[in-house]
Amino acid sequence: MSKLLNISSSPHVRDSSSTKSIMWDVIIALIPATVFGIWNFGINALILIAACVATCVLTEYIWQKCMKLPLTVSDGSAALTGLLLALNLSSKFPVWMAILGSVFAILIVKQLFGGLGQNFMNPALGARCFLMVSFAGQMTSFAYNGAVGFRYLSGKELEAITGPTPLAVIKAGGDANLLDMFLGNIGGTIGETSVIALLIGAAYLLARRVITWRIPITYIAVFAVFTLLYGGFDLRYLALELCGGGLMLGAFFMATDYVTSPITPKGQILFGALLGILTGVFRFFGASAEGVSYAIIICNLLVPLIERVTIPTPFGKEGIKDGK
Amino acid sequence: MNSCMERLKNGIITENPTFVMMLGMCPTLAVTSSAVNGLGMGLSTTAVLIMSNMFISLLRKVIPDKVRIPAYIVIVASFVTVIQLLLKGFVPSLDKALGVYIPLIVVNCIILGRAEAYASKNSVLPSIFDGIGMGLGFTFGLTCIGICRELLGSGAIFGKTVIPESFHITFFVLAPGAFLVLAFLTAIQNKLKLPSATNVPGGDIACGGNCAECIGCSSVANKGLIEAERAAAKAAKAQAAKEAAEKAKAAKAAKAAAEKKED
Repeated sequence: MSKLLNISSSPHVRDSSSTKSIMWDVIIALIPATVFGIWNFGINALILIAACVATCVLTEYIWQKCMKLPLTVSDGSAALTGLLLALNLSSKFPVWMAILGSVFAILIVKQLFGGLGQNFMNPALGARCFLMVSFAGQMTSFAYNGAVGFRYLSGKELEAITGPTPLAVIKAGGDANLLDMFLGNIGGTIGETSVIALLIGAAYLLARRVITWRIPITYIAVFAVFTLLYGGFDLRYLALELCGGGLMLGAFFMATDYVTSPITPKGQILFGALLGILTGVFRFFGASAEGVSYAIIICNLLVPLIERVTIPTPFGKEGIKDGK
Repeated sequence: MNSCMERLKNGIITENPTFVMMLGMCPTLAVTSSAVNGLGMGLSTTAVLIMSNMFISLLRKVIPDKVRIPAYIVIVASFVTVIQLLLKGFVPSLDKALGVYIPLIVVNCIILGRAEAYASKNSVLPSIFDGIGMGLGFTFGLTCIGICRELLGSGAIFGKTVIPESFHITFFVLAPGAFLVLAFLTAIQNKLKLPSATNVPGGDIACGGNCAECIGCSSVANKGLIEAERAAAKAAKAQAAKEAAEKAKAAKAAKAAAEKKED
């Protein structure tokens, strides 16, 4: 060892993680939910997932080729966008609409604003809301009659029955089977049904330190408090609301998107709290049973403001006072 | 007559209110959900614009400068009321579709802008043609946006269905679609290097509008002006000081001379 002292500028602490490794970690974490989705909804789900991922990657590739930009297809961000979008669709969703949504996600929400790192809202959710506004009928029509994989193995040929999701049933005043909702034996979008599969993925992400606890846990906790206050401290109602809809998928995989969430620790907690409140407001006072996607894209828009009010004070400085 | 033709071309192409000046965005985005609505809104505005330009031009020497805006508003509002009642009477369906945006023509910035920038300074005939040109330019812009939105969102052209219902993208009939269509039309304009709000090097818009190629020339010119003025002020001050000093010297000399005399 040389006794000379090396001098280098910050950062001094380095990490081997890269955009690519993070994106692939998230994709790996989504595998349980994806596999369960295919098991649950059959070949249609697989086709939708493949179409969305392929379209997203292809759109990004063509755009970057045409605009003579550096190719970033291999970092997996486009594939992740496609996967997340597909997990947010009903298994009966027409494939051409899913392709249109994928093009919208990559081209309009992501690339037109400058590509990865510049998009102002989560591309997959932007596309989901675009599809929701454009094709409300197809987006909210869910069919389910037991897991397709189970039906296939047991040799029972049952037609899937179109019906409301448990969340919609609860909103209408009905009841649902809590265990089925936790395991995922219910109708809904491809990736949102199984809470346990999503939690396994989330545990992987937390263990790999790809995401921190701040956004998802604050989000879920604030939403839980909101639900308790609204539902009159009914614990069963709380559990149903937590397991229903896209809350887990949104909280762990979409609200934590690096580009569209605050970077300051305080900001992340504020972001999570806002998400919880907005989701509650949309679910309980809105027209639709689901509110996670709109809550997340609205909070995505608030991120610059959140970061502005939560800038940490550097050691030895007095910090920013009164916006000066 | 030449100036009248120039006014028409100016309104429809050179200073098109929708695509070049980006004025009157509120009705542009709100009522263009179909081509017919865009056309109706554009023609209503044109009618109001022609009449108000004519009357403001006629009254330009009568209206006192200090209360000109209220006076313009009164004139514009009268014509808007006339148009609204005519629409209600003869095309109730269009009146229903346009809703509150018909009364809101009163505060349309194209109308007030033309009154302030053109009609109040020019004679009647060119003002009328300015109104026709601007109105047709606005109608053209609104109809363009309306056609795009109607075709994509409800699969029809002027109410005639050409795309089956399962392929309609409702997004484009709703508010976000309006922003998207306007943005894409402006992008096409920029790509083709047509005159627009964002690429008119050396155009009539304050600084030329070309931000990409801007080197702050207008601020440089401004700085030059300000510095020249400051230098002039300084010179004047120095001159004044010099004169004062000379005066004082002369007075002193005179005093000294007087004292000498007394001695």
